[in-house]
Amino acid sequence: MNPLKRFVLSGLIWLLPATGLAQDLAALLAGLADADPKPAIEALLKSDDAKSKAALTALAEGRLFKRLADGAVVSAEKDGPMYVVTNAASGEIEDMAKEEELEPIGLDDDAKALLAHLGTAPADRKEAPLDFAGAVNALNAESFSEKAKAIERLTQLGDGRAVPVLQALADGRLFTRRGDGALVIGDRAGNDLRLTAATTLERGDVVKPGAIEPVVINNNLRNVVREAVGRLGLVSPDAAARRNAADALIGAATPEAVTLLREAAAKEKDRAARAAMMLAIAASDLNGADKALRLAALDVLSASTDLRVRSLLQARLAAETDPEIKVALDKAFAGVQRKLMVIGVAENLFQGVSLGSVLLLAAIGLAITFGVMGVINMAHGEMIMLGAYTTFVVQELFRAWMPPSWFDYYLLYAIPAGFAAAGLAGIALERSVIRFLYGRPLETLLATWGISLVLQQLVRTLFGAPNKEVANPAWMTGGFELTGGFLVVYNRLYIVVFCFIVLAAIAVILRHTTFGLNMRAVTQNRDMASAMGIRAGRVDMLTFGLGSGVAGMAGVALSQIGNVSPNLGQIYIVDSFMVVVFGGVGNLFGTLIGAMTLGVANKLLEPFAGAVLGKIAVLVAIILFIQKRPRGLFALKGRAVEA
Amino acid sequence: MTPLTFRLARLLDARGWAAFAAIAVAAAMVVPLLNTALPAGHPLRLPDYMVPLLGKYVCYAILALALDLCWGYAGILSLGHGAFFALGGYCMGMYLMRQIGTRGVYGHPVLPDFMVFLNWKELPAYWYGFDMFWYALLMVVLVPGALAFVFGFLAFRSRVTGVYLSIITQALTFAMMLGFFRNNFGFGGNNGLTDFKELLGFDVQARSTRIGLYVASVLALALAFLACRFVVTSKLGRVMLALRDAESRVRFLGYSVTSAKLFAFTLSAMLAGVAGALYVPQVGIINPSEFSPANSIEVAIWVAVGGRGTLVGAVLGAFLVNFAKTWLTGAAPEVWLFFLGALFIGVTLFLPRGLAGLAGQWRAGLGAAFRRRPGAVEARDA
Repeated sequence: MNPLKRFVLSGLIWLLPATGLAQDLAALLAGLADADPKPAIEALLKSDDAKSKAALTALAEGRLFKRLADGAVVSAEKDGPMYVVTNAASGEIEDMAKEEELEPIGLDDDAKALLAHLGTAPADRKEAPLDFAGAVNALNAESFSEKAKAIERLTQLGDGRAVPVLQALADGRLFTRRGDGALVIGDRAGNDLRLTAATTLERGDVVKPGAIEPVVINNNLRNVVREAVGRLGLVSPDAAARRNAADALIGAATPEAVTLLREAAAKEKDRAARAAMMLAIAASDLNGADKALRLAALDVLSASTDLRVRSLLQARLAAETDPEIKVALDKAFAGVQRKLMVIGVAENLFQGVSLGSVLLLAAIGLAITFGVMGVINMAHGEMIMLGAYTTFVVQELFRAWMPPSWFDYYLLYAIPAGFAAAGLAGIALERSVIRFLYGRPLETLLATWGISLVLQQLVRTLFGAPNKEVANPAWMTGGFELTGGFLVVYNRLYIVVFCFIVLAAIAVILRHTTFGLNMRAVTQNRDMASAMGIRAGRVDMLTFGLGSGVAGMAGVALSQIGNVSPNLGQIYIVDSFMVVVFGGVGNLFGTLIGAMTLGVANKLLEPFAGAVLGKIAVLVAIILFIQKRPRGLFALKGRAVEA
Repeated sequence: MTPLTFRLARLLDARGWAAFAAIAVAAAMVVPLLNTALPAGHPLRLPDYMVPLLGKYVCYAILALALDLCWGYAGILSLGHGAFFALGGYCMGMYLMRQIGTRGVYGHPVLPDFMVFLNWKELPAYWYGFDMFWYALLMVVLVPGALAFVFGFLAFRSRVTGVYLSIITQALTFAMMLGFFRNNFGFGGNNGLTDFKELLGFDVQARSTRIGLYVASVLALALAFLACRFVVTSKLGRVMLALRDAESRVRFLGYSVTSAKLFAFTLSAMLAGVAGALYVPQVGIINPSEFSPANSIEVAIWVAVGGRGTLVGAVLGAFLVNFAKTWLTGAAPEVWLFFLGALFIGVTLFLPRGLAGLAGQWRAGLGAAFRRRPGAVEARDA
């Protein structure tokens, strides 16, 4: 045999099994389910392929199953009551299955002996260097069980940098970048995602969502992460982090975590953090054996307003046998329940005030154009829409031209811009159409409806029909927790504040400026005002511009709590008219009361009647109310009424 | 008191009767003839799809007529007439649903498909009786009429007028739309009522049925027109006109403004219901979007384009605007809303009396041209 032939032959001998294995991985896997799985295991052991290794590991750990429906060999992991089924040959997640649909593949002693070899192979993977970056990268393992191990190792490092990474994993914000496969944390920035390298926590660039792939986890893993974050956070130097960590451990603490908690609580100085720790300890003590400890735990728990505590108590109540503890449980449960109800009402009230302030913003402008001038402006909603689109344009301008650090302040520029854009549109509207229709309200209604159609279609043509997303600046995202579970969201809070500032500003303009004086004069007695030298036409124009401009500012605010679309204004127009009609025409205080009443009534009715029925009920109530007081809650008295 | 026959004969003058008869006969005869008598491929032959389309326009014309009666004569601008139209349509739709019987997808003998789908066990009480045509017809008139009566009674008694009334009628139709969108209202939710099979035993898809429905719509329009004429030429019609122009004065003269308005509003709602009932079998579906406030406000522009307070103008306007809509939404969809918007603005600014008033406006303009600068439009005439 000459050397050349030998070379070719040996090459073939090396190549053949490799290609054969790759093609027949599925067939080999099927062989694992045979009565004698040894040949298949041996063949898989020989292969260098990562997938065969993964399949063998799964087999050794008892995660390999035969699917009864088609006889295929799949690896599956329990997630809640169901199994997540992975195609063992391709490594892709296929679907969910019930326990009875899968038959575990058992191993006899021979097979186990064979697999013992395997122990060496994955072992070198397990001995990944215990540095932070390596531990983080291990999170992107193939199977859920390996991910769990990676999380455990990352926790054992005791490195505070692991907290944001694990948090991102739990929130589904941990991704692998397509291309280099690096682990990154993605935070929403408009439609795109701003990346942070998970291993170094350095800020990266902004990418489209298509450029990254999420790291998949299941509910079990989420609990593991929660527990891990809790344990890591307990030793953090930051009191808020310690508190959050303890909070995460409520009802989820393992015995080791409880030990940690007790140690941490003993030396904790911060009151809130200590309370959270005590709660977490109590939650775990409740299920313990020591009766005195359990009763003490119930004392602590009954002061809580956490939903998790309630379900914990409820679960315990169903299982409890000790009568004395049962009584205490009953009392604690009732107490928590009552507190939660109070918080629920408070939450609804806040949401109601928040909705009311949105309505108020939308209606203040209308109170000026409709209430003061008597012009039915059906295009008022479109002025709101113009304000919202102005915000979008300002945002895009800032993205394109300004340094990124300025981006958080674009909203402060959008407010005057929205006011100006809508105000100018309003002035143009008044000069070109509405001034010819004073005194003919029904015609005004129809003409302005036409204008609203034109404006909507114009925006649709310019910006396209799909919704535009306007990003919240950093200082408007998130919120703070007032008391257990009652979350106050910043953007809603800012809108409530903003709306009161606008209302106050309008009240000042109406009462304390020359323009306001002229405006009131013209609306009360036009001819007399003209005779006194007030240019009535100009006052009309400016008044209408002011009303429209305020609507534009409402649009800026609305863009922060929802998407911007061409028919944004239509959503609010009927409600705004209801507010003005209900509150009484020509009266800012009435508008305030009207908006808040409607907002709170809508939100308070929602839990009982559902959103739609609640709204219908409110509409019907207003229709009936108008029967009683045709001129609204706070009607103007005297001669101005019939003007 | 004048005998009824005499009154009926005086609804229109001689020329008016001649024109009315000519147009009614032509509309009822020519369309079916063009559709059936001419051979396929003949240039004048009306394609099959045109018959229900024209039928739809006729139904819209009845709706416009109804609105003209209460807006043009009694001064009540209802922006919720779409609600009465849709209610009439739903009543007819319920009858058509009951006629499907076992031919539905689930083959349930009594329950319509959507109820089977929602796992309902028995028919809700308000669906009883709709398997009988006469009962459905009665409901087509009574349901919108009753709603208008109650709503109108509450509104007119407490003197809610003008734009306030317009806005609450809009809120009314908005609330109805929200309600009908819900599945548990029992009217098919989002999808509404559709998949109709037959009407009085005739297949609703068949050409002959469609021609029959078209002719029925034309006859209904003719009768509705005469009925409206009858009302507006009566003494009550005079009171309506008067209260439109000076409500307080009519009240002080001792007339019951509330009853006159209530009569006009209720009658108008009933007519709208009839229009809706004729509309549904021709388009084959009724769903909650018919309640949308935008639909109702569009009716107002048909009347305004044609000229309110003329009856003929309303019919004319409904045909013209809807023809333009069909044509434009097909030819240049994005232009349609611009066009509709411009129509709203243009008609209110330049054509306050609509097309029917154009002739008079033009004549007056010519006369005024000798006295004044031509083209001066009085902007502030209230």
